[in-house]
Amino acid sequence: MMRTSDLVSSAMRALRSNPLRSALTALGVIIGVSSVVAMVSLGSGAQAQVERSIASLGSNLLIVVPGSMRGGGGVRMAAGGSSGGGGGWDSLTLDDATAVAQLDGVIAVAPSQRTRGQVIANGVNWNPQIEGVTPAYLTARDWSVEQGRFFDDTEERQARRVVVIGQTVVDQLFPNVDPLGETVRINGGQYEVIGVLASKGQNGFQDQDDIVLAPLTTVKRRISGRNRRADTVSQISVKAESEQALTRVEEDVTNLLRQRHRTREGEDDFTVQNLSSVSEAMQQTTQVFTYLLGGISAVSLLVGGIGIMNIMLVSVTERTREIGLRKALGARESDILHQFGLEAVALSVAGGVVGLALGVLAAWGMTTLFNLPLVLSPLNAALAILFSGFVGVLFGAYPAWRAARLDPIEALRRE
Amino acid sequence: MDLIVANDLVKHYFMGEETVHALDGVSFTIPVGDYCAIVGPSGSGKSTLMNILGGLDTPTGGRIVIDDADIGTLSDEGLAGFRNKTIGFIFQSFNLLPRLTALENVELPMIYGGVDPKERRERAAGLLTRVGLGERFGHRPTQLSGGQQQRVAIARALAGEPALLLADEPTGALDTHTGKEILALFRELNQEGVTVVVVTHDPEVAANAKRTIEMRDGKIIRDQKNGARAA
Repeated sequence: MMRTSDLVSSAMRALRSNPLRSALTALGVIIGVSSVVAMVSLGSGAQAQVERSIASLGSNLLIVVPGSMRGGGGVRMAAGGSSGGGGGWDSLTLDDATAVAQLDGVIAVAPSQRTRGQVIANGVNWNPQIEGVTPAYLTARDWSVEQGRFFDDTEERQARRVVVIGQTVVDQLFPNVDPLGETVRINGGQYEVIGVLASKGQNGFQDQDDIVLAPLTTVKRRISGRNRRADTVSQISVKAESEQALTRVEEDVTNLLRQRHRTREGEDDFTVQNLSSVSEAMQQTTQVFTYLLGGISAVSLLVGGIGIMNIMLVSVTERTREIGLRKALGARESDILHQFGLEAVALSVAGGVVGLALGVLAAWGMTTLFNLPLVLSPLNAALAILFSGFVGVLFGAYPAWRAARLDPIEALRRE
Repeated sequence: MDLIVANDLVKHYFMGEETVHALDGVSFTIPVGDYCAIVGPSGSGKSTLMNILGGLDTPTGGRIVIDDADIGTLSDEGLAGFRNKTIGFIFQSFNLLPRLTALENVELPMIYGGVDPKERRERAAGLLTRVGLGERFGHRPTQLSGGQQQRVAIARALAGEPALLLADEPTGALDTHTGKEILALFRELNQEGVTVVVVTHDPEVAANAKRTIEMRDGKIIRDQKNGARAA
């Protein structure tokens, strides 16, 4: 019976005796494992990114927007608000927001009006998202002010010329200056910067910090809204008291608005978006992508395995005489089987380890390039190594079996 | 005491339609400490007999017992153990593994015997010294002359302390002078008590043995003591 240490050293010696061939054989597995690792971590990174950006919008959040959404499709805006399901940009009002705030389980309601406009300070022009909001917005969106303060209800009611700006706007307009107390010009008017928002980062599609928040009334009266009704809003953010309450609140909000707008199911002129279900759908999508990418990469691992089998078969043919001699000296079939099998497994596991390292490197490179978080799971790493070992066993078994079954008399006769 | 007892040994091969009687009822005994040459032209069955003696092949009929092991009844695994423990092979072309050093080549059968590495190294070193290669432990086969390679092979054959040293044309690849040295080594080993069987068609090699078994067409046609003929 052969000792394990002798088995290992014999396999290592055989692999070292032809280093170039061993390296090239392992290359197939290296490419396979590294692409699996890179693709899976890229997918997980995208998934984490989606999760993070949705979480950054606020927790237990419903967003009500004008227009109807047909079963999973896009938001449909009926021009003029007459045809089909009806509704247009102007279907949501401040009164709707006030009514929603009376519902049970709602802890914050923030109507808001979005607009775009040129913001000028220190001779620099910038085009951030401009949003008119009420103080409840911070609570609804789980946002906070990092520097200075937010405007209060009085300032909101009086349509004061004050703004709170996001980090990106600070970077663009006040790179070397403390923005607090500074003045910005928006569409010709002058506004005082009273606060800077905490940074939220990218949400995948847009930079959430590229924003200027002003009192809702200020936006309606002074910045946009010249040709809009004074009481409409472009969005209502509704924060539920808990995750459990979210579904019920969603139903209540929908029913209340149907009642107020006199619409029936299917004809709604508004859409209530539950961000947790959006998040779920997006996560499922990215997960499918992760599996798809991993699966395609796994095919290359399979090809690597076939490469190992090919070389092992060549090796068995080349070493026929050696195998015959080993058997004549007392090697049992199982000894030969183990020796050759171990060579294949060592090749593929070595390929797996190198592939893992390269895959992590590639994942790091790609996530840096695409600005995604780098997600590495030790479980996936262990699986990659385990799977490469399995490939070695699978594709090494047949050549090893052939070697073990060689007739020593025939094998010794071979030149 | 007899080391080998062969009784009516038969070995048939099927080559297509034809049956080849490689061994056709062979009986003989070889006592412990004997030094026996098996001679005969090619096709006489001496290679088949050697393969059976070495546990590489099994007879299709008859019975052969070597060192209390009934070759015909052993499993593949049993035969492997038998080759490892009971037989020491010596080949015409040495059959050393080119990537291993002399010492490692001698260690090889002990690896399959599961001998502890330290003991194995000591025993291999002792055997190489015994065959006259005390300073060549680290040499690879290509760095050794033919005679030296065959000495390594003999040391390897002795590694398992075998009951039977089985040599197949051991001087066939050597020049006359070196061949004589190897034969002298065989005689020495035999005098120390090792049973030796040499398969050859070289009369000089056969004459070195104590006894000659001559084969033809799968049968033994002569079995005589060499000493008697010389006297």
